[in-house]
Amino acid sequence: MTAMAEPEVGRARVRKEDERLIAGRTRWTDNITLPGMVHMALLRSPTAHARISAIDTSAAKEMPGVIAVYTGDDLDPGGEVGMPNAWPITPDQKTPRRPMLAQGTVNFAGEAVAAVIARSSAEAEDALAEIDVDYEDLPVVLGLDNAVADGAPLVHEDLGTNTSAEWIFDSAEAGSGGDVQQAISSSEVVVTRRFRQQRLVPAFMEPRSVVVDPTAPQLTMWSATQVPHILKTMVAMTLGLPEHQVRVIAPDVGGGFGGKLAVTPEECAAVVVAQKLGKPVKWTESRSETMVAAHHGRDQMQDITISASRDGTVTGLKVDLLADMGAYLGIVGGGVPVLGAFMFNAIYKIPAYRFSCTTVLTNTTLTDAYRGAGRPEATFGIERIMDELAAELGMDPMALREKNWIAHDEFPYTTVSTLTYDSGNYEAATAKAMQLFDYDGLRREQAERRERGDKVQLGIGISTFTEMCGLAPSRVLGSLDYGAGGWEHAAIRMLPTGKVEVVTGASPHGQGHETAWSQIVADQLGVGFDDIEILHGDTQSSHKGLDTYGSRSLTVGGIAVVKAAEKVIAKARTVAAHLMEAAEEDLEFADGTFTVRGTDTSTAIQDVALAVFAAHNLPDGVEPTLDSEAVFDPENFSFPHGTHLCATEVDTETGRVRLRSYVCVDDIGNVINPLIVEGQMHGGLAQGIAQALYEEAVYDEFGTLTSGTFADYLVPSAMDLPSFTTDRTETAATSNPLGVKGVGEAGTIASTPAVVNAVVDAVRHRGVQDIEMPLSPMRVWHAVHQGNAAAGTEGEAGGGLGSIDPAHGGAQ
Amino acid sequence: MIPAPFDYVAPSTVDEAVRALADAGEDAKVLAGGQSLLPVLRMRLAAPTTVVDLGKIGELTGVRDEGDAVVIGAMTTHYDVQRDPLVHDHALLLARATDTVADPQVRHRGTFGGSLAHADPAGDLLAPALALDAEMVIQGTGGRRTVSAAEFFQDFFTTSLAPEDILVEVRVPKHTGWAAHYEKFNRVAQAWSMVAVAATVRAEGGSIAEARIGLTNMASIPVRATAVEQALVGRPADAETIRAAAEHAADGTSPTVDGNADVEYRQHLAKVLTGRAVEAAMVG
Amino acid sequence: MRITVTVDGTGYTDDVEPRTLLVHHLREKLGKTGTVVGCDTSNCGACTVHLNGQSVKSCSVLAVQADGGEVNTVEGLARDGQLHPVQQAFRDNHALQCGFCTPGMIMQSIDLLADNPNPDEEAVREGLEGNLCRCTGYQNIVRAVRDAAGHMRPGAGPAAEQVADGERTTTGARGDV
Repeated sequence: MTAMAEPEVGRARVRKEDERLIAGRTRWTDNITLPGMVHMALLRSPTAHARISAIDTSAAKEMPGVIAVYTGDDLDPGGEVGMPNAWPITPDQKTPRRPMLAQGTVNFAGEAVAAVIARSSAEAEDALAEIDVDYEDLPVVLGLDNAVADGAPLVHEDLGTNTSAEWIFDSAEAGSGGDVQQAISSSEVVVTRRFRQQRLVPAFMEPRSVVVDPTAPQLTMWSATQVPHILKTMVAMTLGLPEHQVRVIAPDVGGGFGGKLAVTPEECAAVVVAQKLGKPVKWTESRSETMVAAHHGRDQMQDITISASRDGTVTGLKVDLLADMGAYLGIVGGGVPVLGAFMFNAIYKIPAYRFSCTTVLTNTTLTDAYRGAGRPEATFGIERIMDELAAELGMDPMALREKNWIAHDEFPYTTVSTLTYDSGNYEAATAKAMQLFDYDGLRREQAERRERGDKVQLGIGISTFTEMCGLAPSRVLGSLDYGAGGWEHAAIRMLPTGKVEVVTGASPHGQGHETAWSQIVADQLGVGFDDIEILHGDTQSSHKGLDTYGSRSLTVGGIAVVKAAEKVIAKARTVAAHLMEAAEEDLEFADGTFTVRGTDTSTAIQDVALAVFAAHNLPDGVEPTLDSEAVFDPENFSFPHGTHLCATEVDTETGRVRLRSYVCVDDIGNVINPLIVEGQMHGGLAQGIAQALYEEAVYDEFGTLTSGTFADYLVPSAMDLPSFTTDRTETAATSNPLGVKGVGEAGTIASTPAVVNAVVDAVRHRGVQDIEMPLSPMRVWHAVHQGNAAAGTEGEAGGGLGSIDPAHGGAQ
Repeated sequence: MIPAPFDYVAPSTVDEAVRALADAGEDAKVLAGGQSLLPVLRMRLAAPTTVVDLGKIGELTGVRDEGDAVVIGAMTTHYDVQRDPLVHDHALLLARATDTVADPQVRHRGTFGGSLAHADPAGDLLAPALALDAEMVIQGTGGRRTVSAAEFFQDFFTTSLAPEDILVEVRVPKHTGWAAHYEKFNRVAQAWSMVAVAATVRAEGGSIAEARIGLTNMASIPVRATAVEQALVGRPADAETIRAAAEHAADGTSPTVDGNADVEYRQHLAKVLTGRAVEAAMVG
Repeated sequence: MRITVTVDGTGYTDDVEPRTLLVHHLREKLGKTGTVVGCDTSNCGACTVHLNGQSVKSCSVLAVQADGGEVNTVEGLARDGQLHPVQQAFRDNHALQCGFCTPGMIMQSIDLLADNPNPDEEAVREGLEGNLCRCTGYQNIVRAVRDAAGHMRPGAGPAAEQVADGERTTTGARGDV
């Protein structure tokens, strides 16, 4: 062996995954075609709340190519099957049963009512129109305040209430801080705001798809899912199937962002139908179906009170949330806002804190995890109200933050919400960001524009965020009544030729695990990056795992890989010592080679692998394998943080917002692959900015989603986003051996308040204290011209398909 | 999503196309570029029994010079209109507006005539056609006729085309040497215009000799801002003239309300964007 | 209805229903699953292919409209194991994450470079306005397209010659690459 190879960890490796993705040699679920496969199409309710008095499927059954038509009662005559909610946040949580296909009532527009199975997808779609459903309208429950009002009609009459659960954290009760009411009543300054977190659509690019093959004793399900392992277990439990006879494969999956963290009625229905027919069944949704039927995210009303002394020292924080769950609870459900409970106090030393959350059922598509899940909402709340407090105090908003944040020499620091932050350096990230941004220069320009009454006003927005990710220590999840643990599994197989297979329980859908895991293993075992293959997403090869969400893959799954590698090396050391006739403790391992200390006698790990394969000459009692596995359960979350600075230009004549510059300095600890990290930041920023400026799922008064296509739901294009300046500081996490923190959600969590703060800052001199998201030109213009009065208006769908009017001509 | 089944006819002449439409009756749809029609069919918001594809009719494509007018074949794609030298020289406003239509892929397929016949009030070519006094040449069972833009657009998605009519070509009077700008306002690049202003002006010796202003999405049909035109003509081509004239942009309009804009905001935008459009046209 | 379409250099004659969209014909009849469907409204651009030398959204073209035409997809770009410069640039610049929008992005990028061989950032963003990506925030896509432009300019090396080759109908149709 020559000189030390350059470490793989830290290199900007181009991704292994890309080779097939750029060539169209992909295996999306919808690409799969099996012999004898039939197609499922779903009839979805056009109405948000109704009793189903009759379903006539007879005409549909006569349509060409139709094999079967099923209603909810056909699939589940006993009415016993319900989609799982894995996180009952309180013991008395009200959890409505969510059937595969509606039974008795429909509870949101888009709920599936019947399934057509046909030879082709076109024929299946044709037959949907022939199903006759009689709906008796029920009162539609929309809007958080309406749903919890006295005498409100009920989404589920049998529950007797629209409130699913109330969850409270109080620092006085927990012993982690003072009494917030006392803090507020005795403080010099108190600021109260109500912020709305609009409803969003995750909008992964690949629509959901599932293929079920029931033709072997072990049923195989391909699904465009983030969570093949959870899906396998939950499908077995939900449908009463023997778990060992279910295999789930997540092939190439085109994005998820939490939106594919689900066990869906469509997946379960496909299984039941496939079993009934004994044929492979495929269901692939259209985008229009995704929009109404896949879960949404956010949708909270936040009432926040912050108190402080005149010098800017924060004394208390009180948060009351209403969270719209939609018509049912998803797999995480009420847990999403509860995750936010720990993040409202953010990077600040807050002596008294109280958080309450009421989860509410309405006649809308259900909400569940969407990139950040609870933490963006909390970060928005605190970072927005810190700006409002600064304005009230007449302080520079950054100075206010600095006065209250945890100093770098105070780590580890246990917060008022009981989390212990292991590491961080807010000063360093902020200093770097301020310098890259030219904070002082932009403040000067802002003053000049105000001075001369420029029609384009400049605003500066700050978000100094942290978040908890790497979900999660199993004992913490247990204490929060989550239904599973938070560990992750990995296994390493040393092949006879010295090549390596790494099995991971994480389930990538765009993140680049194949590349990052290869880098980690290359360094650990001293084998070549290209000699490593990562196996994932198939419960047959990767039998154990808890999948990918909550920025957990690296900080939990990646550490499991390290632990498995350590075991491989330990096994190899025993064999290498035997082969070289040396004592184990005399061996050094570096760069893939065991060397007898002080000699030039050495053997490569690949040679050990071959010797173990032959098994001719092993020490007594040693198994002929180096293969090893590990399950890692983290002791703590990871706490990435960063300082995001946004400058916006607000055209006061039109209300149009332009992002002038966006600078962020993130601290995600040590970095495995800077290219991937930068990509995660960019994409995260885009989604957070889109929440601030563009996106909203809008319902009309009847509960119809009016932003139900990409023509109305405004996912930004390249034209609508700026270039970002991203940089990093590196404060290694102390909670894991790689010193890494999660990065997948950071950009989304941090960016939304930075943008809104910047817009409000640009027009605060016009009497504006808040503008409801998304900050559409009309909302901004009304805010500027009428002060705060009209800042919150009706929700707005986007541009619309425009072109569509079936009643009229104009076809050309 | 897959369209409902239909019969497909691809005639090779306009006569055949008219006959095919007449034969097929009310439930036929004309397919030009298909960039609006196909999404409608996929969403099954329309389910024609017959689709008559004009794509094989060569005579419908191209731009030609006819003395005092530029004549644009109805099936000429946006991409070709954008790049056509005759359009640039004599109907610059049309080129500018076409630049803003949809996206490059759609402009490769979508057609000038198709957009006009579709008559979406948020469509970007209606107001320029109106402002330029374009004339629609229509062929139906009774032969050819010519209809002014002002008569052609009748309501949301409704024109004076009868079910068996084909829009054959559009005669655009030459506006040689006129400055032009299309000021489009939407929430994201892909979105339809909330409001847009089509402005073309001819300056002479420092003052405005002629002006044509059309408004997009300020009514169910494109609107001509005649009060603005009158306030511009004969006055010095300066900021004060433009500002004062633009104040009239919303005169007499009663725009529709949607989630993006209420009446007050839409009328306000019309004024601001009119000022900007005229100013940008003058600057070139 | 019987149609003949040349896809990635191979001629295919098939009976199709008139309502069949070109993208479904490619995916379901011809097995060209490299081209994908992301929406119903022609907003996302994931289905972008080249039809007779121009980028189109194959979800908004009927298969029968492509009769007699030439279609090129992302699957036909690489030649003799060598990636197209745009493919290579997407990889080098980490211009994709989940990769679902990538076939459409690459096909549209090639088209925009054919129209404008040396685009600035703004021109790239404009040229891609009909293609949505949910993962990358577009920054690396823009970088990749500009990087590819450098490799595709005449004289920039073998890759450029390959692309300028008259047989490369996907990129050379307008002869201005």
